[in-house]
Amino acid sequence: MTEPVLSVRGLTTSFRADAFSPWSTVVRDLSFDIGAGETLAIVGESGSGKSVTSLSVMRLLAERTSRIEGSAKLEGSELLALPEAKMRKVRGSAISMIFQEPMTSLNPMMTIGSQVAEVMRCHLGLSAAEAKAEAIRLFEKVRIPNAKDRYDTHPHKLSGGQRQRVMIAMALAARPKLLIADEPTTALDVTIQGQILDLIKDLQVETGMAVLFITHDMGVVAEVSDRTLVMLRGDKVEEGSTADIFARGKHPYTRALLSAVPRLGSMAGRLNPATFGLIDMTTGEATPERALPAAADAPPVLEVKNLCTRFEVRGGLFARVTGAVHAVEDVSFDLRPGETLSLVGESGCGKSTTGRSILRLTHPRAGDIRVDGAAMHALDGKALREARRAIQMVFQDPFASLNPRVSVGTAIAEPFIEQGLGTQAEAREKAGQLLERVGLSAKVMNRLPHEFSGGQRQRICIARALMLDPKIIVADESVSALDVSIKAQVCNLLMDLQESLGLSYLFISHDMAVVERVSHRVAVMYMGEIVEIGPRPAIFERPQHAYTQKLIAAVPVPDPARRVLRRKQDIEEIKSPFRPKDFQPPKREWREVGAGHFVQT
Amino acid sequence: MVAYVLRRIGSTILVMVLVSLLVFLLLRLAPGDPAAVLAGDNASAEQIATLRRLLGLDDPLPVQFLSWLWAVAQGNLGASLYSAEPVTLLMSQRAEATLSLALATLTVAVPLAIVMGVTAAHRAGTGTDRVLMLFAVAGFSLPAFVVGYLLVYLLAIQAGVLPVQGYQPIAEGIGGWAAHLVLPAITLGLIYTALIARITRATMLETLSEDFIRTARAKGLPMRRVLLVHALRNAGVPIVTVIGIGVALLIGGVVVTETVFNIPGVGRLVVDAIARRDYPVIQGVILVCSGIYVLLNLLTDLSYTLIDPRIRY
Amino acid sequence: MTLTASAPDAPSPAPATSALSQAWLFTRRHPTLVTGGAIISLMALAALAAPLFAGDPSTMNPAVRLRPPSAQAWLGTDHLGRDVFARVIYGARVSLMVGLLVALVAIGVGTVVGLVAGYFRMADAIVTRLMDGIMAIPAILLAIAMVALMGASVWILILAIVLPEIPRVVRLVRSVVLSVRDAPYVEAARAGGTRLRVILSRHILPSTVAPLIVQATYICAAAIIVESALSFLGAGVSPETPTWGSMIAQSRSHLARAPWTVFAPGFALALVVLSVNLLGDGLRDYLDPRTTRRA
Repeated sequence: MTEPVLSVRGLTTSFRADAFSPWSTVVRDLSFDIGAGETLAIVGESGSGKSVTSLSVMRLLAERTSRIEGSAKLEGSELLALPEAKMRKVRGSAISMIFQEPMTSLNPMMTIGSQVAEVMRCHLGLSAAEAKAEAIRLFEKVRIPNAKDRYDTHPHKLSGGQRQRVMIAMALAARPKLLIADEPTTALDVTIQGQILDLIKDLQVETGMAVLFITHDMGVVAEVSDRTLVMLRGDKVEEGSTADIFARGKHPYTRALLSAVPRLGSMAGRLNPATFGLIDMTTGEATPERALPAAADAPPVLEVKNLCTRFEVRGGLFARVTGAVHAVEDVSFDLRPGETLSLVGESGCGKSTTGRSILRLTHPRAGDIRVDGAAMHALDGKALREARRAIQMVFQDPFASLNPRVSVGTAIAEPFIEQGLGTQAEAREKAGQLLERVGLSAKVMNRLPHEFSGGQRQRICIARALMLDPKIIVADESVSALDVSIKAQVCNLLMDLQESLGLSYLFISHDMAVVERVSHRVAVMYMGEIVEIGPRPAIFERPQHAYTQKLIAAVPVPDPARRVLRRKQDIEEIKSPFRPKDFQPPKREWREVGAGHFVQT
Repeated sequence: MVAYVLRRIGSTILVMVLVSLLVFLLLRLAPGDPAAVLAGDNASAEQIATLRRLLGLDDPLPVQFLSWLWAVAQGNLGASLYSAEPVTLLMSQRAEATLSLALATLTVAVPLAIVMGVTAAHRAGTGTDRVLMLFAVAGFSLPAFVVGYLLVYLLAIQAGVLPVQGYQPIAEGIGGWAAHLVLPAITLGLIYTALIARITRATMLETLSEDFIRTARAKGLPMRRVLLVHALRNAGVPIVTVIGIGVALLIGGVVVTETVFNIPGVGRLVVDAIARRDYPVIQGVILVCSGIYVLLNLLTDLSYTLIDPRIRY
Repeated sequence: MTLTASAPDAPSPAPATSALSQAWLFTRRHPTLVTGGAIISLMALAALAAPLFAGDPSTMNPAVRLRPPSAQAWLGTDHLGRDVFARVIYGARVSLMVGLLVALVAIGVGTVVGLVAGYFRMADAIVTRLMDGIMAIPAILLAIAMVALMGASVWILILAIVLPEIPRVVRLVRSVVLSVRDAPYVEAARAGGTRLRVILSRHILPSTVAPLIVQATYICAAAIIVESALSFLGAGVSPETPTWGSMIAQSRSHLARAPWTVFAPGFALALVVLSVNLLGDGLRDYLDPRTTRRA
């Protein structure tokens, strides 16, 4: 066998807070090889040490607070022993890297052209003119439209997908032998994600470089990697060919991870939502999935009619209104008791603004909102506060949604006391019951949020939302920030609560596979409008609108056997719903294609 | 862009009017009758009344304010009660000394402070960083009249290498002019350098932890380039801001430094005027100093657009 | 949302062996905080206990004018034969009192104004302009003008020093309020029907405490400098009260012959301001470790 491009043996990385603190190990005795032209995926949840592994190989960790032991050889030569000056010559030339956050990974003050050109000037010794010509050629290669004109553009003028293309051009500039891609598509919308994955594959075939792909997303793993390495809390738990891992994963953690991954299409032919079947990650014990009942055939608890929310954009000498972002445009739907309606779409489509407008956290410009009969849109002050008892919200970021200085018991009890529903003692008793109900212990009431994990915090947020006995919960990307295994558990909790309490959910999400599991009905949003709405089986099995079809096709399938380079589609970005001041929204027509299934024409 | 500049100029004028109002009210609302103070201890009630009328002190306050503002807008800051000379003339006579001191300080302090701040941030946590930051916190803590006398005692009185006090106009020879400026400029520059160095370090540290710095390092760029091209420019806006805001410290420092070194500048003018209760001079100097401060901060605000391509209002 | 691995949140602290070794570890971790705090505590103690040990600061004795430091007068005597040591210790009283009061008043007033400006958009424009106006007037000029015109009582002095410091507090509080006003946990409180009073007091105000403590020390240090500068320029409290600034002003003509008369109060002043600033830097690093450590 030929020598691997990168050979890592016994890699152990530790951190400490300062010179007086003890070391804590975050990657333990890790070994792996990557050959030329090969893609190895390191997959794991947060805290698994997968990103630290790549930063250790690149030696990009802060020297004073980190310690790297073991060996990492690039084509036989030891990287961990190189003096910093020589290591610098390896970075960006023999090994290059792309990162997760395209929005913050480019220098906002420099043109994208100069940021690519400086790599070649630094490593290949090209002149300014040569580097510029080469950079433009690279931009064309990564399919940035109008590459020549874009050379002098600053990053803030580009979309996330475009920026990630610039990052890739930069990484390829000095023709690396190894590309490390650290969650390169996690921050991107699903349709853009497909394009970027395709691009990396194409370039790998063309250049023969090795790729180390770091991700938490099993769908992406199945799509890109030849071999897969699974990490759990700093340890390698399993390594093998991707097909093997998916078909015959041995370690309970691998199987738990795979079972928790929502698979698009797994709900085909079923009418109602179903919980995730789970496998315990230490014992390997399986809990089967369970189907939920249909929504009650009763009058709706939430009626939204012709909702419009716009954000004014000001400009000019006297800061006049020059236009508006039409975040939500003429949106109407109903939600019945015990029903889950999902709002899906990509970033900027207005799904979150819709949820916030219904709770009046954002002021809608027009429209009727009736929550349990109360005209939410016409209320103010005390009446609005009281009306919100029937509709509560669970936010996306479990770390930001709890005040770090307030104990969880106080946080959960707060709405109950503030609404004057009972005494302090009653509030605490109820908070304790709810904590038990969401799978925590009533004893944790006096703890502060930082003592809980992300999944536990989200459970606390759910308990807080339940404190007022609401009929509706708006779940705004409530499981998106959670690790795969936690995500499935929290989804199951939400579904259990729905069944026992008869809750209705407005489930806002960009994750099509999760939506397919949890919803009774689905509304697809694009540029502030609902383009298609209907029962879940109809939307997923017979999508009518072109955008819905595209959205479903773009979702990576966590099954390496079904891998296809099927997205050779045009480079397209999501458009902005900014409109000039005198813009008249066109009148939309709807066509009913099936029972309760409407498509915008 | 043009709209932004015009808007900023508009709000600058608004702030200046507000400053004028504050300065005006400060002097008018002070206890005691200004006319009585002006007329002196031996003046008769009739003399004071005449003076009140002459000064327009019998008019309602808004009228007094507007007529004063109108005069100021035409460049008339009134005349000294002590020497009867126009305030603008008194100030222009003393401008050279003060401007020499301020500019000498600025040209040395700003580059020095930025080098110190960048070095400390790059070497954060090391001995170099600690020494630089100890120097900065000391510079921040030593009042001008302590440092000034220490320098005078050591370098002028004991070593005798520099003049003890006073100012020599540039027209009388550049060597003497510079020799007289060395100690005052060090005295004045210490706190300003310390302030900018501290902010530069803090902003650079923050910038150095940004994702794009990790990108630049992953590209294998030399550290010098990472620091000076990638990080420093991104840290530019806060640094430029503190250079502008620090001018207020500089103006306050000028007053003390000129007293310590007996330099006949605008700072001495105002200290003497306060001792003599020479209201028009006090008013005029405060107003002009505030104007310079506001103008410099307008310039720093406008320079943001040159530093940061994202700012296009 | 990020899902990348990162350094563990908080490494487990070293096992506690004894209170003393814990204190020693704390000192090694936060040397500036401990040093600054220790010096300033000693100075405050000395100032409070001045009558018990410092001797008489005002007795003049022309027979012993401008004597260098000796066993009788530890820091020598001034041009009127007064004991410089006693005057330096008594001078600490004015400096520390002014520093403390200015910091308290500035924080108190600035917090209320900043809270209003940060939370209510209507008030924001007016408050911001007003603060810009106050900041535009050089602090020392404003203060000497106020003291000269309104008289040199301690309260006028404190008012004159406080006024230019208030905008710093307002800006700080306002920026903290703006950064947490739309935080998801504040939105969650609003969605749950929490009243404005509770949102402000429970969810917003506590975030301002740590930066305000730090800011208070910086204001205290600045106030001590401005007070001494004012008395140096002859615009401070009455000349009979010993203050460091007026001691330097009265002694400066004797600099060449009796440098101790200038440098004793000068070094005392520098030491106090330095230790307050060190305390502030130490508190800043202790309360917000992000500014000094990076992963």
